Amino acid sequence: MRNHRLALLAASFLLAALPATAQSGAELRFVLRSEPKTFDPMLVDDEASETIRYLTGGVLIRVNRKTQALEPELGVSWKVSEGGKKISFRVREGLSFSDGTPFTAEDVAFTMQKLMDPELHSPTGDSFRSSQGQVRVTAPDPRNVVIEFPSAVAGLERLFDQVAIVSSHSPKKEAAVLGPFAIAEYKPGSYVLLRRNSYYWKKDAQGRKLPYLDSIRLDVQQNRDLELLRFKRGEIQLINSLDASYFESLAKEAPAAVRDIGPSLDSEQIWFNQVPSSPIPNYKKKWFRSTSFRLAISEAINRGDLCRVVFSGHARPAVGPVSPANLFWFNKSLEPNPYDPQSALRRLQQDGFRFDGHVLNDPDGHSVEFSVVTNAGNKYREQMAAMIQQDLEQIGVRLNIVTLDFPSLIERISRTFDYELCLLGLVNVDLDPSAQMSVWLSSSSNHQWNPEQKTPATSWEAEIDRLMQAQASTNDQKQRKSYFDQVQKIVWDQQPFIYLVNKNALVAISPALANTSPVVLRPQTFWNIESLYLSNQGRGGDQ
Amino acid sequence: MKLLRRTAAAFLIAVFIAALFAGVLVPVPYAKQFRDSPNAMPSRIHLLGTDELGRDLFSRLLYGSRISLLLAPAASLLATIIAALVGGVAGYAGGWLERIALGGTDLAMSLPWLFLLLAARAVLPLNLSPAASLLITFALLGFFGWAASARVICAGARGLRDSDFVLQAKACGCSSRRVLLQQVLPNLRPALFAQFLISIPVFILTEANLGILGLGVSEPLPSWGGLLRGLENWSAVQANPARLAPLLLLLVVVSCFQLVLRQEDFAP
Amino acid sequence: MWTWTGVLFRRIGTLLLTALLGGILGATLVRFAPGFGVDERELDTRLHEDSIQALRRSHSEERNVLQFYASYLAGAARGHLGVSHSFGRPVTQLFAERLPVTLRTVALGLAGGWMLGLLLALPVVRLRGWSFDFFASSTSGVFLCLPTAVVAILFLYFRGPVALAICVVVFPRVFRYARNILVQTYALPHVLTASAKGLSTLRILLWHIFPVAAPQILALSGVTVSIALGAAIPIEVICDSPGIGQLAWQAALSRDLPVLVNMTLFVTLVTLTANSAADLATKAFETRPV
Repeated sequence: MRNHRLALLAASFLLAALPATAQSGAELRFVLRSEPKTFDPMLVDDEASETIRYLTGGVLIRVNRKTQALEPELGVSWKVSEGGKKISFRVREGLSFSDGTPFTAEDVAFTMQKLMDPELHSPTGDSFRSSQGQVRVTAPDPRNVVIEFPSAVAGLERLFDQVAIVSSHSPKKEAAVLGPFAIAEYKPGSYVLLRRNSYYWKKDAQGRKLPYLDSIRLDVQQNRDLELLRFKRGEIQLINSLDASYFESLAKEAPAAVRDIGPSLDSEQIWFNQVPSSPIPNYKKKWFRSTSFRLAISEAINRGDLCRVVFSGHARPAVGPVSPANLFWFNKSLEPNPYDPQSALRRLQQDGFRFDGHVLNDPDGHSVEFSVVTNAGNKYREQMAAMIQQDLEQIGVRLNIVTLDFPSLIERISRTFDYELCLLGLVNVDLDPSAQMSVWLSSSSNHQWNPEQKTPATSWEAEIDRLMQAQASTNDQKQRKSYFDQVQKIVWDQQPFIYLVNKNALVAISPALANTSPVVLRPQTFWNIESLYLSNQGRGGDQ
Repeated sequence: MKLLRRTAAAFLIAVFIAALFAGVLVPVPYAKQFRDSPNAMPSRIHLLGTDELGRDLFSRLLYGSRISLLLAPAASLLATIIAALVGGVAGYAGGWLERIALGGTDLAMSLPWLFLLLAARAVLPLNLSPAASLLITFALLGFFGWAASARVICAGARGLRDSDFVLQAKACGCSSRRVLLQQVLPNLRPALFAQFLISIPVFILTEANLGILGLGVSEPLPSWGGLLRGLENWSAVQANPARLAPLLLLLVVVSCFQLVLRQEDFAP
Repeated sequence: MWTWTGVLFRRIGTLLLTALLGGILGATLVRFAPGFGVDERELDTRLHEDSIQALRRSHSEERNVLQFYASYLAGAARGHLGVSHSFGRPVTQLFAERLPVTLRTVALGLAGGWMLGLLLALPVVRLRGWSFDFFASSTSGVFLCLPTAVVAILFLYFRGPVALAICVVVFPRVFRYARNILVQTYALPHVLTASAKGLSTLRILLWHIFPVAAPQILALSGVTVSIALGAAIPIEVICDSPGIGQLAWQAALSRDLPVLVNMTLFVTLVTLTANSAADLATKAFETRPV
């Protein structure tokens, strides 16, 4: 405890000083919560691989995680033309990959060609694919590259934040990188060791080569308790997305180490199964398709209590599909969802439901009872479900909680449609609404409440389809924002997804680590990895 | 020694009565969420404090005991009976019957039964009441948990097969069935009893593990397994050591079982 | 002599046959479990419709269990054990990385468990007093009713080695069983006679107790191997030890058929071998004159 305070004091002095005191041979350590599934930057799909890509990959454009603005990296300048169909880059000169192979526009062309191969099924590549057709990539000279898409790609430049450039020539293939670190060692199931890339091009204001850190050791560790324990012992210096209960426990012991950065982009939501062919009784389908039924359920849920009890206050009641953390795209005119069980009952009674003080019956006399499925092992979702269960009891609705392991759950919500209500979260990596395209288009398989519709089942879904297509086909940000504001309004009115909470981004940073500036966007704590360093004096309780 | 056994017996009876009359004894319903006092420390109102949702831990422990104390021994009994039949018959009969039975138990021990349990959950309707799914879970556990015990019992029965008194019984003209039921099985009692006891905590925790997979006791019903899962949140345990109560109760109850029913009582 | 080789060959034959049967049964269980052929990545909103369809098709060659198993066996004969879906790497590689970790911890845990169990059991019968018996029995009793996952959690927080956790799971079982057998054996008439004649304790133990009790105690050895392997799963998962127990758990959660089939075959083979060895050893003892 005292150690930590001292460390903080030391760190704050150091912050003012130049990083000339940065410890040489310093190794930053933190934890990967699962085994990275791939080191190929194009095939990255899981968080652990994403972390490695962020630390090792060089990109043309970087989204500044703090300002949410675009910054040039390997691309010195760029120009979007033909209404978002074409982008041309001028790339940085005189750079080399981590193995010494020189970097040219040809590498960018090679990367884009490989990435856009439909057979690769790359999530990164897929985000560029708005329609069928060939992508044309040309590198007229070693400094310039031109990429032409068959149709306009909304928010095109931002997508390059995910594209790590690979070498077309290096014998080491994707192991040759342009980012600040390169993979030095990997022991499956145990750890990944990254060493600084001596060919990395960035320098600080004083002309010192970046990054300051010599290496990063990422231990593969699923157990969150162990992660916390190791943090307390000083064995690791960072925890990204800390759980609320751990945050509280750590805050008591080391208040200087934890930070609540406010609502994140992620949301937790429930939705009713509205699939017409689903194997649930017809009278239930009728409830679930009724807007006023959904609104009543939404009103009966005490979101404030969810935030306060389940997340110990480190969450905000969610309003809609966009978190207030998304500064540009959030529709500020939307009111928070009210908690009003009486209004919920009135709404239901208007629809012919009858409440006898204990049980709610529908107009045909069926008692209102349904089950919620969620993924087993997620403590917060299980707790939210238990709280919603008690909330709904007040309006006479009986809720059964069923926890399923993830594959069983996905099978139910995407194949057999044998479920009634589902509680899951949505992780938003991208700020741009185009990233949510497949959630909102009624024809998409990720349109969870009623996927793969031939024609939109309702007029409001048809309207969402129209608006989403419209926002994707223009590059005028203001126009796009107005379209997407309307989508948010429709979702707020219809509640196909009943949004519950936006969790806060909670992190823990050892006071020994200097220059940190945690943000809500991933990767919250180490987005500015190049300028982080471990201070000599401030090593609080290191092993 | 006698005093100790009596104390243990009295304690067991007390726990059973407390569990049976949980409805009368508990100060508040086990599912009621006191949302203004989550993670509360022990107090006059909440004897053991509250959990993350503000539910009274003492009520949950009593209700959980009712479920686990009745169902885990029942599942264990079921498993031991199957094990006794398979192991006893195989060990006593010997020859190809034994080989097949042993092969079967080996197979049963190495198969990923988890998937059968998962499949069973998929077949059950989603709106099944928590109590019904609970019964089914423990019944399935009993059905699948016999293999390890069967092997031990088989070895015991094999030893008895060649023993003098069995030979004598056979020489006296007793039928195989009579020998099996009157001579072999009674002599297997210590082994059976040990297996029965060993299985109880195994089943209690298997239930907890299944909970993680979605096959255990569903909210808001409490069970020892579910309460033991609470130990994973170590910082909460450190803050309120009363959260160790489920583990202590489990240890004490099973130890009392062992004390009261000494193996010697079952020895021939 | 020839009968021994015969027995051995017959054993190995049965062993392989049972393992193969175990493999196919395991594959069938996985194949018909809910959530088979479902990929978590399907929920990735960035993925194009074609990619989602491709993901869904990727498991189609596994839908027919018999076909899958036949092609798996054909591959296995050439040394290819298939490629894991969830890890995207060859199963041989995964096993090569993780098997040594588990084998080491399980072997150490078993050795420790047996030693501790027997060391506690022998004095119980030799000292005859109830105090030591009470002490040993209640200690092992407490450990016996500590669920494996709880043991793992405790070891996690107190930073105990994983092998010791397995030892803690194994020893009370060995103790309880060995103690009961020894107590029974000591009560046998010939042992009573021997001790009445004034034979030394060591001699009684080696000549009269051991030959009778050993085969029965040995019968447990096979079972302890399965117990230790079974305990390795929760312990490795909770303590984050990168062994095959952890691999099995992750594979189960993602319905990774190639990994799970190999795992079933492996566990069946180990269990069967351990049990057969225990049986053969028991038989060898039984044939010795008492």
